[in-house]
Amino acid sequence: MEFQPISGIWALVAMSLKVTGMFTALMIVVAYTTLAERRVSAWIQDRHGPNRVGPFGLLQPIADGIKSILKEETLPATASRLFFVMAPMLVLAPALVTIAVIPIAAPLPTPAGVVDMIIADLPIGILYILAFSSLSVYGVVLGGWASNNKYAFLGALRASAQMVSYEVALGLSIIAVLMMAGNVTLTEIIWQQQQLGMWFAFPLSLAFILFVISAFAETNRLPFDMAEAESELITGYHTEYSAMKFSAFMIAEFGHMATASALMATLFLGGWDLPGTWDNAFWYDGQLIKGFAADGSVLLASPALWKTLATFAGFAAKTGFFLVLFIWVRWTLPRFRYDQVMALGWKVMLPTSLAYVMLIGGTILVLDEVGLMWGFSYGAALTAVSTFATVGFVFYLDRGRVITGAAAKHAQRVEVKTISQAAPAGD
Amino acid sequence: MAISVKVMHRPAPETTSYLRAALSGMALTFKHMVNPAAVTQQYPEEQTDLSPRWRGTHRMEVHADGRPKCVACGLCPTVCPANCIRLVGGEDDQGNRYPIVYEIDEFRCIFCGMCQEVCPVEAIHVGRHFENAEYTRDRFVYDLDRLMEQDHPVTLLWDPSDPRSE
Repeated sequence: MEFQPISGIWALVAMSLKVTGMFTALMIVVAYTTLAERRVSAWIQDRHGPNRVGPFGLLQPIADGIKSILKEETLPATASRLFFVMAPMLVLAPALVTIAVIPIAAPLPTPAGVVDMIIADLPIGILYILAFSSLSVYGVVLGGWASNNKYAFLGALRASAQMVSYEVALGLSIIAVLMMAGNVTLTEIIWQQQQLGMWFAFPLSLAFILFVISAFAETNRLPFDMAEAESELITGYHTEYSAMKFSAFMIAEFGHMATASALMATLFLGGWDLPGTWDNAFWYDGQLIKGFAADGSVLLASPALWKTLATFAGFAAKTGFFLVLFIWVRWTLPRFRYDQVMALGWKVMLPTSLAYVMLIGGTILVLDEVGLMWGFSYGAALTAVSTFATVGFVFYLDRGRVITGAAAKHAQRVEVKTISQAAPAGD
Repeated sequence: MAISVKVMHRPAPETTSYLRAALSGMALTFKHMVNPAAVTQQYPEEQTDLSPRWRGTHRMEVHADGRPKCVACGLCPTVCPANCIRLVGGEDDQGNRYPIVYEIDEFRCIFCGMCQEVCPVEAIHVGRHFENAEYTRDRFVYDLDRLMEQDHPVTLLWDPSDPRSE
């Protein structure tokens, strides 16, 4: 049975359904991530969290939305009106469009043809995500500046410095993935992970770690929430915002979280790929294939509805894992000092990712020269090299040479000392 | 005299393991996340156990035929230190005294429980009860009908297992 890509009027129908569905799904994920954040933080702190609106508080995001819409919009008297109103839009839009290039499941067969479960399989894939995610810093800076508030401005400055710094490490850690995949489209990155027989988190473990750290910084989440730093800057760049404009910033933050989680899942945990070769699917030469036979001929894939659903569940689980990780880290680790953030970004992340790109590039070159086939042993060799690099990196960080400050776990030895003083005369 | 001073011994930066400290912190929060020892009381569903000696808003005991047990002797307004009880007694044709007006201003009341202690017929009681919210202030003057309607448990004033409050 031959599978053809969907075409004609049905392609338009499928595209509109996908756009509507993905947008709705992203908004629902964002809404429920806000609830998850509050519930998980409550559990971590031995509280209950919001559990009054609906069963287990599940309708809380709706109540929050209604509250935000009904609240008064304030406009500071000295604010720059145009930019003040523009900033939330500038933040919100990039956060919502980046999800478009991330594939969420295996292709779905329909009577009219096979539908790719991705809105736009752009040939520039990751570059599109990088471009749009760095656009959101304009909204942050503009919001902080237009508020005409010194805390908001400081928050915006910190945010821009931090996002620009960590974008370098973010981009460089992606380079390793691109060298492995040989392409920037996310469908092909998933396909190469399927062909390799292992997810890139293992052969590129150090890039994975660097990417996760940079993603935390890029999304302005603790321990990198310099931009908000509520104990220092009130709430940073959105201090002066209220009602739905404030909500737009929050939706953008959680939208970035969702996109970053989906991106980490795609780049390093195989995206929608599940273990085994049964779900592999890729458009090659107009045919949907699941791999190559030993003699170089193609093996045709057999997409099915249950495969699409299973791979979507896998993708959702991986993304959900990273979302919980975001929340979990936020409620565990304290905020970095500003100089620590910059030191970590420029003195550790940047050189490490540069050196790692060299290391992986060299290793790939050697493996290709040796003539190793792209497959499990190729991945195993890279895993060995990467593990070595990761252990070295962790050992270096772990000695506390970079981030010095308060004492660690085993430093909490408190000694109570008694100082004797002479009694005052006449007592 | 002596002064206690806490001296923190912090290790040198080169010997500190921040990653291990961070990971142990993550482990600790994870333990709480999957198994939260929530201590918050879910108030409307879970009620506090009030002490048997709790003294709250009043309740008037009634006879089986619905008459108040109060005989309008006037001891409770006399003993009341806050002067919050207004009593106008009357007498029926058999010569039984009964309250015509019996009002307690719960805002003035200091919940000392002396009205219950002094009552010779165990008619007026302070109750084990605290949910008294009202929409208007005048609702806090409880008249006789209101006092007779109350059905919450009444205080023991003393704990039988600890009669001397030790």
